Amino acid sequence: MNAVTLQNISKSYQDVKAVRDVSFEVKKGELFGLIGADGAGKTSIFRILTTVLLADKGTATVAGFDVVKDYKAIRDRIGYMPGKFSLYQDLTIRENLEFFAAIFGTTIDENYELIKDIYDQIKPFSDRRAGKLSGGMKQKLALCCALIHKPEVLLLDEPTTGVDVVSRKEFWAMLKSLQEKGITILVSTPYMDEANLCERIALIQNGRIMSVDTPENIIKSFPVKLYAAKSDAIYKLLKDFRAAPVVDSCYAFGEFLHVTMKGNRETGSSELRDLAIERGHTHVVVQEITPGIEDSFIRLMNEKTEVSAHQ
Amino acid sequence: MKQLLVFIRKEFFHVFRDRRTLLIMFGLPVVQIVLFGFALTNEVKNIEIIISDNARDINAQQITDKIKASAYFKVQESVLDYNDIEKAFKKGNIKCALIFPAHFGDDLCHEGKAQVQIITDGSDPNIAKTVVNYLTAIIGDYRQQISPSPTLAYRIIPETRMLYNEEGNGSLNFIPGVMALVLMIVCTTLTSVAVVKEKELGTMEILLVSPFKAVFVLIAKAVPYLLLSMINVVLILLLAVYLLDVEIKGSVLLLFFESVLFIITCLSLGLLISNVTDSQQTAMLISMMGMMLPTLIFTGFLFPLENMPKVFQIISNVIPARWYFIITKAVMLKGLGFTYVWKETLVLTGMTVALLGIALKNFKIRLQ
Repeated sequence: MNAVTLQNISKSYQDVKAVRDVSFEVKKGELFGLIGADGAGKTSIFRILTTVLLADKGTATVAGFDVVKDYKAIRDRIGYMPGKFSLYQDLTIRENLEFFAAIFGTTIDENYELIKDIYDQIKPFSDRRAGKLSGGMKQKLALCCALIHKPEVLLLDEPTTGVDVVSRKEFWAMLKSLQEKGITILVSTPYMDEANLCERIALIQNGRIMSVDTPENIIKSFPVKLYAAKSDAIYKLLKDFRAAPVVDSCYAFGEFLHVTMKGNRETGSSELRDLAIERGHTHVVVQEITPGIEDSFIRLMNEKTEVSAHQ
Repeated sequence: MKQLLVFIRKEFFHVFRDRRTLLIMFGLPVVQIVLFGFALTNEVKNIEIIISDNARDINAQQITDKIKASAYFKVQESVLDYNDIEKAFKKGNIKCALIFPAHFGDDLCHEGKAQVQIITDGSDPNIAKTVVNYLTAIIGDYRQQISPSPTLAYRIIPETRMLYNEEGNGSLNFIPGVMALVLMIVCTTLTSVAVVKEKELGTMEILLVSPFKAVFVLIAKAVPYLLLSMINVVLILLLAVYLLDVEIKGSVLLLFFESVLFIITCLSLGLLISNVTDSQQTAMLISMMGMMLPTLIFTGFLFPLENMPKVFQIISNVIPARWYFIITKAVMLKGLGFTYVWKETLVLTGMTVALLGIALKNFKIRLQ
């Protein structure tokens, strides 16, 4: 059985189409990532799934219940962490946790096992007010509060936004261990590097799902060869490559440019190097690389815009 | 039930940990009572008066002494001519001038009648009238003093009494008004802000997603303010009795219950406002401006309702504070019992039920 299903869900705010005809499924016990830039429609999808927002079209179920008809049953079974940090700033860590435990009709002791690993890290500060915590600690506390009633499905809307790299790593480790305890997790993030940590991901752009698969398959389905290139004048190189007719796409990626070429060429690497040297570049490096999620995302995004431009 | 109690306890934490809320809650009533009781009063005291004595005889002097002895006047004596008096008026130095003509005493003794001139600053008609009344009374008093045996056959001496307020204590009228105003501000503003705050912080989103009944959120938000406002009523009454010497004529218990009813009305209004607003500022503005002004204007404690155009009188009927003002005045100042205020109580109850009903029904179980 699927823990979460969406079928042809659409949602508009006045004239902005936030979610367009979205369908995907999250299997039970899965760690599923919803990957997309800010404003792609992730939060709207979460709000529809948590029953606080009604979709204009389509149906969705969470833990087997319809989000419109059985919203009360869903509210008993999910843990939700909204994108905005949503705890009471003027209550201490302990008071926040006690409050949410009580609201969900449980106590801290009852489900302590589930949150123990996370709570132990913030326990030394349990008398500190939530407003005075660091970003990483806040997220841990919020996660504890979302978990306190032992939910079947955990919905986390951008839990790692605004959190430092170390805390992000820790946070994902916690999600993994929660998944091992049998909790289905749907998490959204704008960070592409976090996509690899999910079992399956959905890439979303402008309210449309571009692809749903495992990160490996999405990378594998990258249809052409990808090259990384750099020279002493990286910006000029970017312009030169983009002007060249054999180059399909070229964009900056860290200290390198990522380049794809038209058609499948065996000698792409040397062709690009010759092209660069011909234009007077020095210290040219070109090598073939395996694409990452971000490369797939950018390629899918460009394809979509081309398709919609043709329509 | 336990959930509700935990929620209410959490609300108390919010109130007690926020100094601004506490300040509004308990500072405001004290400040208002003290302000209205001592500083803002429509009694006319310390009137600057100039007495131009052109007679310089014993009668004029005796009247001048009587005026000086009164607490209402601050006397400047001078022999200014008419033009100088007008200049003093224009400068705003004086509110009133009393002019004795030459031969004032002679005329009084020999002809049996004499004239004095009273000039007042008519730019504030209310003060001017009051001043003329004071002066006429003092002069009339003096006339009786010098001719104890009346020469007139028939004399009507009006004995005036100010019922329910014999000393003319100005704070009496203000206490019920201030109570209405303070409760309105504290209950309506603070409750609406408290609910909207949850929306702003995003905590409302979690509360909605929780199995906790949405309606309970409203109840839990309102209960702390209900309790604290009840303490407020007691505080205001204590201040009124011990600081401003206002006597509570009727049943204190009845007064208290009527106040609780009015508090619930205000809370419902606050919850209703919180339903339709999404930011603390809007909630604050609506409840401050939208509720405070009508309360000030239409309750009748600053401006008499009877003098208003018919339209405003009709509008005043929908202002809850107006009915509460009538009830408190009746119970507190006139000492009337429930039988005299049941109609007003019924109106207030009706309003409360309607407001609360709308607030609960409109509470959104989802985001927009």
